[in-house]
Amino acid sequence: MKYLDEYRDPALARRLLDEIHAVATRPWTLMEVCGGQTHTIVRQGIDELLPPGVRMIHGPGCPVCVTPLELVDKALAIAAREDVTFTSYGDMLRVPGNATDLLALRAGGSDVRVVYSPLDAVRIAGQRPDREVVFFAVGFETTAPANAMAVLHAHRLGLPNFSMLVSHVLVPPAMTAILDAPGCEVQGFLAAGHVCAVMGWTEYEPIADRYRVPIVVTGFEPLDLLEGILMAVRQLEQGRAEVQNQYARAVRRQGNTEAQDAIRRVFRVVERAWRGIGTIPGSGLTLTEEFAGYDAETRFAVADITAQENPLCIAGDILTGTRVPTDCPAYGALCTPRGPLGAPMVSTEGTCAAYFSAGRRPLPRPPAPARSS
Amino acid sequence: MCLGVPGRIMETTDVAGMLMGRVDFGGVSRDVCLAYVPEARVGDYVIVHVGFAISLVDEAEARRTLEVLRTMGDTLDQELSPEQVLGGAAAQRRPG
Ligand code: SF4
Repeated sequence: MKYLDEYRDPALARRLLDEIHAVATRPWTLMEVCGGQTHTIVRQGIDELLPPGVRMIHGPGCPVCVTPLELVDKALAIAAREDVTFTSYGDMLRVPGNATDLLALRAGGSDVRVVYSPLDAVRIAGQRPDREVVFFAVGFETTAPANAMAVLHAHRLGLPNFSMLVSHVLVPPAMTAILDAPGCEVQGFLAAGHVCAVMGWTEYEPIADRYRVPIVVTGFEPLDLLEGILMAVRQLEQGRAEVQNQYARAVRRQGNTEAQDAIRRVFRVVERAWRGIGTIPGSGLTLTEEFAGYDAETRFAVADITAQENPLCIAGDILTGTRVPTDCPAYGALCTPRGPLGAPMVSTEGTCAAYFSAGRRPLPRPPAPARSS
Repeated sequence: MCLGVPGRIMETTDVAGMLMGRVDFGGVSRDVCLAYVPEARVGDYVIVHVGFAISLVDEAEARRTLEVLRTMGDTLDQELSPEQVLGGAAAQRRPG
């Protein structure tokens, strides 16, 4: 397929790897922000082919993974109502809440549907005026334009039975939270190309400056990632800390201004709790005053629901890159994609799921001493 | 849900005041909202996310990136075989 296959060319990938090996003279630690990038890196084994010392930390860029448990419980409370048709991206269906998940609710008779686009949810609302149709609006800046348009479209069509459970998160505040965390080892970032396709990269310039970290806007194919890594390593070797754009075929500096206008009209910036990381100021979106009537959280009075994370899950450490999934005692045993304990095992973009589907095993532990009984 | 895919616009339509289009993804086609790429025309490639085109693919830039990579010299003779790099998904997705 055009614009995919060319960026998977093995011969060019090899050249890029050679070049990275030639350029890197010291150990460097980079973080790829986006879960889609993590998936490609782990699946292709790119992290294992880098020069010794050049290390990839997998960032928090999986929206499913950072959605707080209490939001999942709110979704479950709404979806369980008889008058509600609950719609969501497929990824969210298996995310375990405290007691159940959306898939189990559906099996029990609740009207839970997977949609490809939030406009599908608006369409259902138009067809079924007798039902309350709720869309679970999670995601980063990439899905915000789609969700904004769904609200605008429902508004235009005058659909009183459409609403959204919103848990939008924003990337730049999370990057600064990671850089501010004590013991942060990240020396450079691969920024998420599609987030930047929407938002541009002006927000990253002060971060690169203030923290002296190179930030390379990077695409999602193997060649994109390898080139992004090369550009970041080159900057580090030369003592530079700039924002560079590897993904020029899809990203411009100002981003998509039409999409930004729609986001600004429908959403406003608020503080958000990130699963495993905690509350980050200015890191999320909620509906503006004008569109507050579409907020499912107030419509169904679920704002008071709170929840406790499973104590076994080390998702916070995984999301900030201080530990890898194979360090988790539950990994592959109590926690698998079929029976996930924590969110990073649920979504295909989650770091734990990426490790699991690539067949990564925990490092062998020394055998327990034999005991005679 | 964050994976965006490039596809080619086959036709455009107006649906209740919103610019929509039929977009082909290597044989599979879908209805996509084009409201955020009003400059897009039939034949253009767009990056699509959850049913929305968020960016027009700049074909000149796409060519330039590949040319830069193709002219990059073999600076080191590594023992890495290409199959190692792309033994996974790419190989499977490629027919033949
Ligand atoms: S393997 Fe499962 S329990 Fe462990 S950190 Fe990942 S999601 Fe949480």
